[in-house]
Order: sequence, then C-alpha cells, then structure tokens
Amino acid sequence: MNYIGEHLLPGQIGHFLAILSFVASLLTSYAYFIANKEIDISERQRWIKFARGIFAVETISIFAIFGLIVFIVSNHYHEYFFAWNHSSRSLEPKYLLSCIWEDQSGSFLLWSIWHCVLGWVLIWKNKEWEAGTLFVINVGQVCISSMLLGIFVFGAKIGNNPFILWREHMPDLPIFANPDYLQLPRVHEGNDLNTLLQNYWMVIHPPILFLGFASTIVPFAFAFAGLMNKRHDWVKPVIPWASFSAAILGLGIMMGAAWAYESLSFGGYWAWDPVENASLVPWLTLVAGLHVNLVYKNTGYSLRSTYFFYFITFTLILYSTFLTRSGILADTSVHAFTVDDKNLQAIYIQLIGFILVFLVPAMFLFFKDLKKIPTIQKEEQTYSREFWMFIGSLVLFMAGIVISAKTSTPVFNKLFGTKIAPPEDAEFAHNQIQVFVAMVVGLLTAVTQFLKYKNTAKEQFGKKILIPTVIALIISLSISIFGGIHFDKKGPVFLVAINIAIFTAVYAIVANFFYIIDALKGKLKSAGASVAHIGFGMVLVGILISSAKKTVLSWNTTGITVLQKSEKGAQGDPAENLTLFKSVATDMGKYMVTYVKDTINPIDHKRYFEIDFQAKDKSDNFKLYPDVMKQNKGMEGFSANPSSKHYWFKDIFAYITSFQENNVTDTATFRDKIVKTGDTLFYSNGLMILDKVVVNPEEQKSKMEPGEVSLFLNLTVISKEGRKYQANPGIAIKGQSLRFVNDTIRAQSLVLQFNKVVDQANGKLEIGVKESGAITDLITLKVYEFPLINMLWLGVVVMVTGFGMAIRQRLLMKSNLKSV
Amino acid sequence: MKKTHIIILVLIAISIVVLISYTGDLSTYETISSARQKEGKFVTLIAKVDKKQPVEYDAVKNPNYLSFTALDSLGGSIKVIYHNNKPTDMEKSERIVLKGRVQGDHFDCKDILLKCPSKYKDDPNSTQRAVQSSGK
Repeated sequence: MNYIGEHLLPGQIGHFLAILSFVASLLTSYAYFIANKEIDISERQRWIKFARGIFAVETISIFAIFGLIVFIVSNHYHEYFFAWNHSSRSLEPKYLLSCIWEDQSGSFLLWSIWHCVLGWVLIWKNKEWEAGTLFVINVGQVCISSMLLGIFVFGAKIGNNPFILWREHMPDLPIFANPDYLQLPRVHEGNDLNTLLQNYWMVIHPPILFLGFASTIVPFAFAFAGLMNKRHDWVKPVIPWASFSAAILGLGIMMGAAWAYESLSFGGYWAWDPVENASLVPWLTLVAGLHVNLVYKNTGYSLRSTYFFYFITFTLILYSTFLTRSGILADTSVHAFTVDDKNLQAIYIQLIGFILVFLVPAMFLFFKDLKKIPTIQKEEQTYSREFWMFIGSLVLFMAGIVISAKTSTPVFNKLFGTKIAPPEDAEFAHNQIQVFVAMVVGLLTAVTQFLKYKNTAKEQFGKKILIPTVIALIISLSISIFGGIHFDKKGPVFLVAINIAIFTAVYAIVANFFYIIDALKGKLKSAGASVAHIGFGMVLVGILISSAKKTVLSWNTTGITVLQKSEKGAQGDPAENLTLFKSVATDMGKYMVTYVKDTINPIDHKRYFEIDFQAKDKSDNFKLYPDVMKQNKGMEGFSANPSSKHYWFKDIFAYITSFQENNVTDTATFRDKIVKTGDTLFYSNGLMILDKVVVNPEEQKSKMEPGEVSLFLNLTVISKEGRKYQANPGIAIKGQSLRFVNDTIRAQSLVLQFNKVVDQANGKLEIGVKESGAITDLITLKVYEFPLINMLWLGVVVMVTGFGMAIRQRLLMKSNLKSV
Repeated sequence: MKKTHIIILVLIAISIVVLISYTGDLSTYETISSARQKEGKFVTLIAKVDKKQPVEYDAVKNPNYLSFTALDSLGGSIKVIYHNNKPTDMEKSERIVLKGRVQGDHFDCKDILLKCPSKYKDDPNSTQRAVQSSGK
C-alpha cells in the first residue's frame, strides 16, 4: 500500500546512524584498548589518532540522531511512533525536549551525548590517561548505543529504534488500512506529552541528572585504567572530575525533588520512592569515594577504598538504571517505567548485562591486584583528619547499602519467588535510620576540618573548636526549644534523634563557617570544600526541620458531626482534604479560605483556581493558584499541579485533589412554608430550624441602605451529613417599598427568602425555600505547611557553588604548576 | 587489630541489625482471600476496580471518604474504604496497588498506587484506545 504524506528519509538516515554509532563505539573501544597496551610510543600515537577519528564519527552520529529526532518531533511527522506518542501539535514548543526525555530510548540518547562530551573533555584535558579512560567510556557507549538499535538477533530484539514507523511498530492497528491515516484527527494531532512532564523542571532536570549519571563513569574509568596500567597516580587528575560528578549528580537529584515538590501531588519533595533512592545511593558512595581519594592524595592511606568506592558508584548507577527501566519496580514506585511483557526479557537481560560488563572486570582486577595496591601498615592517628574522613565515608557507604537493600525487595522477590511488600510506613522505615546517619555525618562534617592530616595537637584543636561548638549549641537549642519541634508521632527516641541531628547539622554550618574565617583567614579562593560543607549542612537542616514540622493545614474539622468523625478516623488517619464551595469562605485552622474563581489558560491548557487565604487574625492575606490539567493519552480525569506561597521561613503548599463543576441551569422555584420560632422545616437533604427573628440586627447592617428598617431570621440548617450552616434571610422596608434580602447556602444549593409576616400575634412567618437541582462548583484541596524548606534549596545551591569553587581552585593550581 | 577494622565491623554489625529489624516491618503481597485470612494485618493487594459495583465518592458529603469494590485476578472481591480523596482515573487503571488491612467485611485502605494505562508505554491496547477516542 502507498501511504500518503509520509517522510521516510529522516528515519532511514537515523536508523543508519544508530547502527553506525554502535559499530563506531565498538571500534573506538578496541582501538583505545590496543593503544593503552601499546608500549611503543609512535605506534601508540597511531592507534590513539585512529581511535579519535572513529570517536569523532561516533560523536557526530549521536548528535545527528538527536537532531533528527528533534526535527521529526518538531515537524510533527506522526508516521514515526516516537513523534506521535510523545508530542502533539498543541504542545508548547518549550516542552519539545521533554518529549525526548519521556521516551526510554530518548533518555539513553541523552546519556550517550553526555558520554561523548565528557570523552572529548578528557581527551583535551587528561591526555596522559586518554587511552585507558576513553576505552572504558566507549565500552559504556557500546552498551548504551545498543539500546537504540532496535534490531533482531536470533529472534531477540536488541534495543528500541527511536525511528521506527508507527505502522511497523504496531502493524495490527486497523487505522493502517487507510492509506491516508496521517490525516485521522487523533493521528494528526498527536498523543501528547504526559501532563506530569509538562513542567519547566522537566525540561532542565533530566539533562542535569543524566550528566550526573554519565559523569560517574569518569572516576570509574580512571580507576580501571589505573589497575590496567598498574599505576596509581590517577588519583590526582580524577579529583576535579569526581567533584564535578558529585555536584552535578546532587544537583540533578535535588532538581528532581524540586519537580516533585512543585508539580507532583505527592505532597512533598522526597518520598523515599525506589526511583529516588536508586539515584541517591550512588551519590553517597561517590561522595565517600571523593573523600577517601583526598585522604590518599594527602596521606597515602585509603587507596583501596578509593578504588572500591569509584567502582561501586558507577555500578550502582547501572543498577539504578536496571531498577527504573526494567519494569521490576512497577508495583512499588510511582514513577518507574513499566515495560510490557513482550520486551521484558530482552530489556532485563540487556540491563543486567550492562551491570556485569562493568562490575565483573573491575572487581576481577581489583581483587587480583588487591595485594599490590599500596597501603600503609602504620595505623592512622585518632587525632588525624584522614581517620575521621575515612569513618565518615564508611558511614555514607553503609547508609547507601541499607537504602539500597531496602529498595531491592522487588529484586529479591523476583529471585526467590517471595512476596515481600514495603512496610506500612515506608518513609519512616528510612527516616528512623537515616536520621542517625545525618547525625554522624553532620558531626564529622563539622569537626573533621579542624583536625590536621597526620596528627593534631589536642590543645590547639580544643581551642579552635570551642567557639563554633558553643555557638552551634546556642542556635540549635533555640531551634529545639523555641522552634516548636514537637514531632512526637513516632515516639520520644525519634524526637530526640531529630533534635540531636538538628544540632549536628547546625554545627556543620557554623564550624565550617569558622573554618573559613579562622583557618583559611577568609581566603574564599581555597574555601570550596568548606562552602560545599556549609551547603550540605544547610540541606540537612532544611530536610530535618521541613519534614519534622510539616503540618497539614487543610485538616478537615468543619461541619463534621461526632458520628462521622469516628467513621472517618478509623485508623486515626488524617482527613487531609477540605471541600471548598465556590465563593464560600471556609474555616481552615489559622485561615479562612475561599475558592474565588477558576480560569482556563488557552496557552498551557491548564485550569487555574484562585484560592484566597485570609488569616483569621488579619495578619496575612494571599492567593494561591493551584491548577489542574486534563489528562491525555487516552485517559480521563486530570492531573494536579500544586502552588505554594513562599516565605523565607516556610512554604504554604496547596493542591487540588478533585473538582466538580456546575453546568446545570437553575429552573427551581420557591416553595412557601409557614413557620414560627422554634419550628423545624424539612428540605430534600436535611432540615432547618428557625431560631429567632431579629429587628435591625447589627451584623446585617452592611446589607442595608440608609433609612431602611430590617427584619432578619436566624435559621440553622442541618444537612443529612450533619453539617451545620447559618442562614439569615431578611426583608428591608423603607416607606412603602419592600426588599427581599435572600440568603444562599451554596453547599446545599439552597436559597432562602423571608416572604412576609403572616400573623404578627402568633409570630407566624412565611419562608420561601428554593432548592436548585444544580450542584454548585466545588473543589477539594490539600494544604500543607513546610517550614524552612527554602533552606534546603538554598543549601543545594551553596553546595554546588562550593564544589565549583573547589574544582576551579584545583584547575588553577594545576595550570600554575605547569607555568612554573 | 586496627581501629578502622573494629569500626568497620561495628558498622557492618549495625547495618545487619538494621536490615534484620527492617524485615520485621515488611508487609507481604496477598490475594484478597488470603488477606481475609489475616484480618487486621497490614498487607499489600494488587487488584483492579470492579466496574460493575458502585464507586462512592462525594466531595460535598465528605471529601475524605471513598468506597469501591476491588477485584483480584483470582476472582476475589472486597469492599474497600479509603479515607482520602479519590485518585484521578482510578476506574481506568488496569492495576491498582492497595495497602491496608482487612477490617471485618471491608478493606481499610491506607494508600493507593495507580498504574495508569499510559505508563504501559508500548502497549498496543492503550494506543488503540488513544486513537479511537479520536472518533468522538
């Protein structure tokens, strides 16, 4: 059949380039491997030259593949499954790149791009280690580019070709009987990008995170090259690389947290979700590796652990890739990829293969040569920096192992056929352990810099550490006492642990600050490490306080009878959703909250709700604009994006959990009823009691015009669900004219009108009751307060800045040495 | 023995203790009928919403009350009560993970995890649905 309007050429070029880059990466690895082994210098140079040539071909192919995908998606060539499945014509152009990250193969492509970039920087900056490191990176490239192949070998599909035509990918779909299928409305429009990814964080977070992932191969590559060549002087050039990697990976992880906080409705920035854990663990081991690396460089201790940590870091990155992409986490994680059964086996094997390709040779060389790796027999001094740095690294590593083991229960289930599920309170299961890690690491971060390498005079150390200790104690005690850390839900031990951890985190900040002033004499140029430590301390403080003091503001206590409360809190659960009716102020603890209106923005297709917060003591008034977006991809419903009001010391964070729209026209009329004080009237959803009649009530004055005499009724309306409402319909008389002042209870769709006094002697009155069949607009909302969360974000920025300063300093030192 | 060795051993011991105590907190995946056997115990169910039975959620009455009937692959079914808002698209989800405990005749749910059709990225069925919804 001849299909109309297809563009086949870009896909053919793309697939060719995918195969080319795979072959090129194989050849490059081979060439660099030979070059690394070659002793003869001119021969070695020839191989390196050759390898660089093919590496250039590989790099160009990969960039061209990326360019072609961008071209296909931005031109809406929906004959390609990739373009149809991840984009749409109405999608904002700024999300074009997010479409690429949404796809498995697209994100592998991103990883591959970063490998190429890092490879060329290595060639430029570290020529001495080029052959060994580039060999390792290209082995990585072989693995990753195989994910883009989409070819069949012995019936098994290797990778996914991003350039596959839709009709080849799903040949059984009936639409392909139509030669003009591209003009079908849904095909023409596109399946759109998942609404959760239509967020600015999703444009920037994946490239940074993948740069972090990709860069962890560099320390691995240096270490591997070191073992291959039996030289250990790689530990110096690797330091800026490891620092860069730790900074970027950390930043990427925290950007993911920021995305979760700002755009997902989990109600927080970190949930110990397996996907989050999987990327945190390699960061921990990498930071451990960086510290023992510095120990070795300065003292000669800890070379073996440097090797081990760098090897394990990249292996854990691969393991995290396996966890998130193989579909194994489908039942435990909110945001893991899931894979259909057909592809499952192939991807499983491929991803496990990646891990083994790196882990097995590295561990083989490591244990084979373990005895040959130099160590110092003499024990470290207790009052030495290296000893405590080593201990700190070990603690980070062990924390990583524990997190990783807990995250791996699905793997355990798969291997042993068990049926283990996460515990009831999975977050607390992590928190109760990691709070102790935070404690120890915070303390070491504070104290260790004041110790010198080799040995420290005790008196001097005591003198220097005294003032920061006292200041940190004062600050943290005032936080503990006046900050209202009353997190006693999990028992007294945890509360004490949190308070101690707050102390050590504050200590880390204060002590490093003093270190800059005192030991470094305020020389900021060489203060990179201390600045990074201050940032880390701020992150810890931010995490501890924001989680310990996170409070639910939308606690639902309004209009609920005793009867319902017992039913509601069956397990003592918080009832966190609050229902708001349009333009009815609702009581929410400190605030009166009103859902004012909602508007649909035609550009980003989101419906924004204007929620007005008025503090009851009139001290504060602000508006939040949480929004919802209609789900796409064949689903109904909507996805919610939170909105938060930022103060320097806290965030008020709100998101819509459901909404109902009124789209029925009102046709009901008033039914008139005669009542007197104390009488009960029934309506379809409950009853109302006439409490009393008031003449010229003070509180209704605002509704009156000058010279009017008014008569108001006080009615209590009680709905079937037990909610109580006050209603005050009235009449205003001025001379001969009479005016009705009706009252509406929107929540019950009830309009009340005081018609007239029927019999003054007996106090009989006539009330008009109108029940409109229409439900009024309503939303349900969750509102949280996160104290000190900005400390966390600021801490991340400070930490990354510190890493940047440290890297800069090292590079400057190096170039100074050269010029001398 | 060196100090570092002692500390390494202590840390390993702590990690092992931590992990062993963690196994005590773990729950298990159950079918609906086996969960009924373990009334009151915290379990994890994999099920889907029984579309023939009513899903009860009315934000006007109570935004923190959802009840529906869950159906597992072995044909077991149970009434689920969840004291929270109704997750969007719950009915459409082909697979829901429910965490909670059986209490008398119903399952008292603490947490619902959805796997939406869209997350099965390469599933032809969902693609089919997505294309057909164009007909409207």
